[in-house]
Amino acid sequence: MKPIAFDYHRPQTVPEALALISDLREEAALLAGGMTLGPMLNMRLVRPRAVVDISRMQALQSISVKGDVVVTGAGVVQRDAMRSDIINRELPLLSMALPWVGHFQTRNRGTLGGSVAHADPSAEIPLCLSICGGTVVLQSRRRERRVSAADFFLGALATARRSDEIITTLEWPRTPPGTGCAFAEIAQRRGDFAIAAAACHVRLQQDGCLAALSLGVGGVENRPVVIAVDGFCGRAPEHVGSDLAEHVCANVTAMNDHAAGAEFRLALTKVLVAQVFDEAVAKAKQHEVRPQ
Amino acid sequence: MTTVHHVADERVAIALTLNGQRRTGQAEPRMLLSDFLRHELQAFGVHVGCEHGVCGACTVLIDGRAVRSCTQYAVQAEGADIVTVEGLAEGDALNTVQRAFAKQQALQCGFCTAGILCSVMQFLKEVPTPTEAQVRDMLSGHLCRCTGYASIVTAILEAASDIRRGL
Repeated sequence: MKPIAFDYHRPQTVPEALALISDLREEAALLAGGMTLGPMLNMRLVRPRAVVDISRMQALQSISVKGDVVVTGAGVVQRDAMRSDIINRELPLLSMALPWVGHFQTRNRGTLGGSVAHADPSAEIPLCLSICGGTVVLQSRRRERRVSAADFFLGALATARRSDEIITTLEWPRTPPGTGCAFAEIAQRRGDFAIAAAACHVRLQQDGCLAALSLGVGGVENRPVVIAVDGFCGRAPEHVGSDLAEHVCANVTAMNDHAAGAEFRLALTKVLVAQVFDEAVAKAKQHEVRPQ
Repeated sequence: MTTVHHVADERVAIALTLNGQRRTGQAEPRMLLSDFLRHELQAFGVHVGCEHGVCGACTVLIDGRAVRSCTQYAVQAEGADIVTVEGLAEGDALNTVQRAFAKQQALQCGFCTAGILCSVMQFLKEVPTPTEAQVRDMLSGHLCRCTGYASIVTAILEAASDIRRGL
């Protein structure tokens, strides 16, 4: 359980890091928190010639609001994100999902950008970024590129990042006022990989019917999936939960792996979708009655 | 902070603070922090279990945060302030958390204990009045194959209460 021998670089700035990886390309591994790269190196699932450590880069660690978007540096540590006033106020879904990411001990090091770059199918942060309609900002030596979450996650551990690019920031549209959010997952034990996870954003019209709905599942397919659910808008939420769960299950192809068979995964998905939808609707209703 | 380049297989000097003392050892880039602490700095209280970040036995405090030392590399820890289980006692006396573990028999073989104690130090600082559910959530990052966790949960809740009462 020791990694192969690698060169170690700890550049001070993003341009320095970009210069290094534009030469090294696939031979370099970018090290942020190391909560997934570390195990993969130790088990020799990755065998890079060089490790480029970006964990100390201050430039990647800010959280700010720019217009309608919350911008989080890729190097923001998950534990710090959990304690960020901006994230707790503007991105309630992410705020609810973060306690599900790994363990207390791994959130002390693991980063938002690291989780997105690794793209585990069951990971919570990529699912939230997808539901929010967020964007991954990638920087190479030559240019900056912005890729929507929908286009970024290509499959299990596969993303649109090119080998000469670093994820510098994630952009999260601010959650509109009145939105109810909910997140839930089921794993074999607390902190383990989700067998299935579901997340939901809901807004209600004046008459209590659905004004906007966005819903996605993680751990079910090989990447986070946002389900097309616009057809449910305009309906009264009281009568939607089970239809919605059926709809989602009819529109995903569940994975079959060591943790669960496809049929079991679908059964969990059905329960989780109904649960997050009901919870999100209840929260959206609370917003309505909240005094101005 | 300066830019650092170390060549594979080349041992370089790594200086850090270990349990309040300035220490230096030699490490090649691929050397795990857990191995560095044990083999170079003789901090044998760092227990090595799975070496891929699952079991939590090697957890140490790095700049006040509980982190698995097997998924960090020694070269990353240059300049860090590290506390291992050896640094928890107050002089010759066990600290409040350690006393609660002894009293509640929160260990049998003791292999997981060193890591758990380090996690608890940060946890109780941040959550001084934890619920049992919060304790169990934090403990999910550690594997114990002896106790069934019940006595560990009891000890942590007792330690929290002792610390609040200034014991």
